[in-house]
Amino acid sequence: MTDKFISIEGIAKRYPGAGGGTTAVFENLWLSMPRGEFCCVIGHSGCGKTTVLNILAGLDAPSEGAVIVDGQAISGTSLDRAVIFQSHALLPWRTVLGNVAYAVTSKWRSWDRAKVKEHAQTFIDLVGLTGSEHKRPSELSGGMKQRVGIARALSITPKIMLMDEPFSALDALTRGTLQDEVRRICLETGQTAFMITHDVDEAIYLADKIFLMTNGPGAVLAEVVENPLPKDRGRTDLHRHPLYYALRNHIVDFLVSRSKNFAAEKPDHDPRNVPVVLIGKPGLTIAADAKPEPPRETSWPGLSRPSTSS
Amino acid sequence: MTSSLRLRAGLVSIVLLAAFLGIWHLATRSSGTVAAMSPEYAKLMGLTATQGKSAMPGPLDVGAKLWEHLRRPFYDNGPNDKGLGIQLGFSIARVGTGYLLAVLVAIPLGFLIGMSPLLSKALDPFIQVLKPISPLAWMPLALYTIKDSSISAIFVIFICSIWPMLLNTVFGVASVRKEWINVARTLEVGTLRRAFTVILPAAAPTILTGMRISIGIAWLVIVAAEMLVGGTGIGYFVWNEWNNLSITNVIIAILLIGIVGMLLDQILARFTRMVTFPE
Repeated sequence: MTDKFISIEGIAKRYPGAGGGTTAVFENLWLSMPRGEFCCVIGHSGCGKTTVLNILAGLDAPSEGAVIVDGQAISGTSLDRAVIFQSHALLPWRTVLGNVAYAVTSKWRSWDRAKVKEHAQTFIDLVGLTGSEHKRPSELSGGMKQRVGIARALSITPKIMLMDEPFSALDALTRGTLQDEVRRICLETGQTAFMITHDVDEAIYLADKIFLMTNGPGAVLAEVVENPLPKDRGRTDLHRHPLYYALRNHIVDFLVSRSKNFAAEKPDHDPRNVPVVLIGKPGLTIAADAKPEPPRETSWPGLSRPSTSS
Repeated sequence: MTSSLRLRAGLVSIVLLAAFLGIWHLATRSSGTVAAMSPEYAKLMGLTATQGKSAMPGPLDVGAKLWEHLRRPFYDNGPNDKGLGIQLGFSIARVGTGYLLAVLVAIPLGFLIGMSPLLSKALDPFIQVLKPISPLAWMPLALYTIKDSSISAIFVIFICSIWPMLLNTVFGVASVRKEWINVARTLEVGTLRRAFTVILPAAAPTILTGMRISIGIAWLVIVAAEMLVGGTGIGYFVWNEWNNLSITNVIIAILLIGIVGMLLDQILARFTRMVTFPE
């Protein structure tokens, strides 16, 4: 974790509480991400995940601390950081093309109409919406709307994509396809992505690193879990990987019990040096506890190759 | 299904109209009782006394008179005898001017108030007090300060149509979805461009609804205002014909006021549909 493309340094978010005091959603939160990595944050509702994302996006300001992106402290929103909203947030009076073009013209003000259209079309094609350019959001299904949201975010070629539970409002089948799409696009373009999710499997499939947050108020970043699965994992045989269940159980255990009692269990938790959990690597207690099933019929070309992940 | 429903509804409408006209016709038939009087005296009396005709005009009288008016809508025989087209034209012109001025003030002002929570809170008591004032209550003040009855009427239209537009614009602008604003913010869209590309289209249906309410109120008020200021206009026509005791003309005027009001409302309804977006 030497390359800190995104570095959240000691941020806190406090709201005025009842009786004149303040309630802190989280205090002294440190978090960093290298370039080109896909990171997911998992935690229960109310732990301040969305607040962290909004602060990263610049939509919200921390009560304390700073966020540094690519060597510069951020202040406010930026076209370098694209947000994919949970509710897709498309402008309903614009067509698919109009929505994407709106983002494109916001970034490149001097571009003429044809160039904007061509650029927007590239990203509409990329998310597989070719042929629906002139439809309005109301004519699209939930999955297609979120595709437009993704195309809009990608079209401004951001340094970071910020996603706030982008697939939580979708049905399981659509969610799966869109996860595939997002994974493909992020791998192809080397996009740095920060995503909030409730879905453990989604995190395992998409993320290189999973941040586990304890319950709020007073939430802390408890652990950073490195995803041991190879980069070229596929959604269909994910669960056959020998380390899949160890990883999954670790996260689920955290969500079920440890997220509640974390402060009591680990009073000496240092928010600046959050433990990194490497599942399946020797020397870690957590890996010793886990009893991965012996690999059955696996189709894991990634296992035999040297890992391409950084 | 829908076409048959429309057909049936149309049929019911026609039946109801026919029933109404029929009852009206029967109710205003000649009563038949005619007092005996000398022919000299009968010449001085109206048809009611000499032939027992009802004092209330029947649908046929109104229809005949309406036909007469429609054939010559724009005649001008002096101050007290102008065609209905001219009178309606004056009224529509007054409403149009006052209304347009109100649009020019209410929408930018509403935008400002809606975008600023401070202004919104600060101006709220004034708006709450000014809004319920009957527009006609302004008339003496307007006549006193403006010293021109025609402009005073326009002012009254202005003051009555400004409130629904202002309040709806404020509400529409203030309640634009946060996520759309956030989209504009993450795209670093400037304030002015955000106002025109996000807030205006998002608030447009609410603003147009306010404009539609306003045109309705303006049309209601112009009749009363013109009765007060006199001279021209459909409101003046109604009052003038009442002074002439021409109930037929009063009924025709009522009918036309209704039709023009409906048309104005329909025009605004069409505009509202144009800016409404399905979600």
